[in-house]
Amino acid sequence: MTDANIEFHAVATTAEVTEDEPKAVSIGRMDIGIYKLEGEFYAIDDICTHAYACMTDGYIDDGQIECPLHGACFDIKTGKALTAPATIDLRPYEVKIEGDQIMVGVTKAED
Amino acid sequence: MSDDRTFVIIGASQAGGWVAQTLRNEGFEGNVILIGEEPYLPYERPPLSKAALLGEVTVDSTYFWQQEALDEANIEVRLNTRVTAIDRDAKEIEIEGGDRIAYDKLAITTGARVRKLPIEGADLPGVFYLRTMGDTLAIRNAVKDGATAMIVGGGWIGLECAATLTKLGCKSVVVEAADRLCGRAVTPEISDWMLKFHTGHGVDVRLSTGLEKFEGNGHLERAVLPGGDTIDCSIAVVGIGVIANVELAQDTGLKIDNGIVVDDRACTSDPDIVAAGDVTNHPNGLLERRIRLESYENAQNQGITAGKAMLDKAEPYSEIPWFWSDQFDANLQLIGLPQDWDETATRGDQDSNEFVTFYLKNGMIDGAISVNNPRDLRVGKRLMQGKKQVSAAELIDPETKLQALLKR
Repeated sequence: MTDANIEFHAVATTAEVTEDEPKAVSIGRMDIGIYKLEGEFYAIDDICTHAYACMTDGYIDDGQIECPLHGACFDIKTGKALTAPATIDLRPYEVKIEGDQIMVGVTKAED
Repeated sequence: MSDDRTFVIIGASQAGGWVAQTLRNEGFEGNVILIGEEPYLPYERPPLSKAALLGEVTVDSTYFWQQEALDEANIEVRLNTRVTAIDRDAKEIEIEGGDRIAYDKLAITTGARVRKLPIEGADLPGVFYLRTMGDTLAIRNAVKDGATAMIVGGGWIGLECAATLTKLGCKSVVVEAADRLCGRAVTPEISDWMLKFHTGHGVDVRLSTGLEKFEGNGHLERAVLPGGDTIDCSIAVVGIGVIANVELAQDTGLKIDNGIVVDDRACTSDPDIVAAGDVTNHPNGLLERRIRLESYENAQNQGITAGKAMLDKAEPYSEIPWFWSDQFDANLQLIGLPQDWDETATRGDQDSNEFVTFYLKNGMIDGAISVNNPRDLRVGKRLMQGKKQVSAAELIDPETKLQALLKR
């Protein structure tokens, strides 16, 4: 998928994100969480859709990230809200790897 | 095929709201009527003593679901409506004014109400309780910068309130009858930490201190301690616990014992009636005893279980109790209800205000309390759930990856 309106930003190196420890980054005003699952990298919004909490402070299990505050679980690959109390999905972002850089794609003018 | 059954939920609370939502999520197409006494849609209670009291959030933003979402789910919400009786023979409920509503299945999610302070002057204007959105709005209206706020009860509500009122510019004075803070919920060493923490933030905490009476001429002016000492104050918030609202269930003959007695699928002694949330006494398979919980997680997850039970789809509900509290810049979280433990293990430094203390019994985690360390607590919850053998030494060692212990 390529979109001329998507601009990629280098946010971290591949060594900075492990399967157990995601990394919180920001692009402009956007807070984004970077995850590694089965060798692949994923990026989803980092602020829980239920109440203010950084998802990257949460707990990873079985492809899901669990909110550290109230326990809502989201699918790391898609951002989909899987359990209460969240009912709104986290937004996913496109990721590509260039060398050892993790690049996250956001729509231009959004950052 | 249309479904002409009517499922009624008494209590437009967190638990009641989840019952209603779950019915729809599970595909129920009959009528869902959610009845609430308050003028508000089901709302989040945690902000009541924090962001809502600070005035940082609107009432609407505390709703679990906005009116449009409830409309879309075809959930009929009747607010400002008090249920006066349940008639199990007729399978009807009666609401104030005498109208009756027939039900095929009924859920009781009536929660709890505050315990009143039985002293002279407790009815003076300026003396508040904190349980509902109405309470929070009333306190916020009454708070004045520079006022002295008397907090009666050094439990969760009292301490959160003390922190928030301090942030609002009040001088908070906490009186607690017991010899330590939050004695019902935390261990003595954490009580000590809380005392230091609150004192460090300027809260005047007085342990082993009761209240004789409140005095004032038409409005609260002072609190009188036993022995005659007085503290001038213009506002007081009482947080001395709650009483389960079992009366409707009791009057209709359901089994009651420190709450409405339900099984692990939220079913009461009547096959057409379920109950969920603070009002229930339920079995907990992991703790191997019956408990009544006043917690966010229980209101939500037992509510979901109750909704499924109305459709005969419930799985047994049993979770490790989990609570949290936010006070000043500390996020406290607790798992389990540790009662007797062999040893404790603290990971991190209690003086740094970032740590987790585990309580171990027979080489397994029996409970834990964290301050500003939710992630380790969550791993601890899974270690506890999986009944993993762990040692205090490895839990304390910062080199130990807790997640690795889960793979045992």
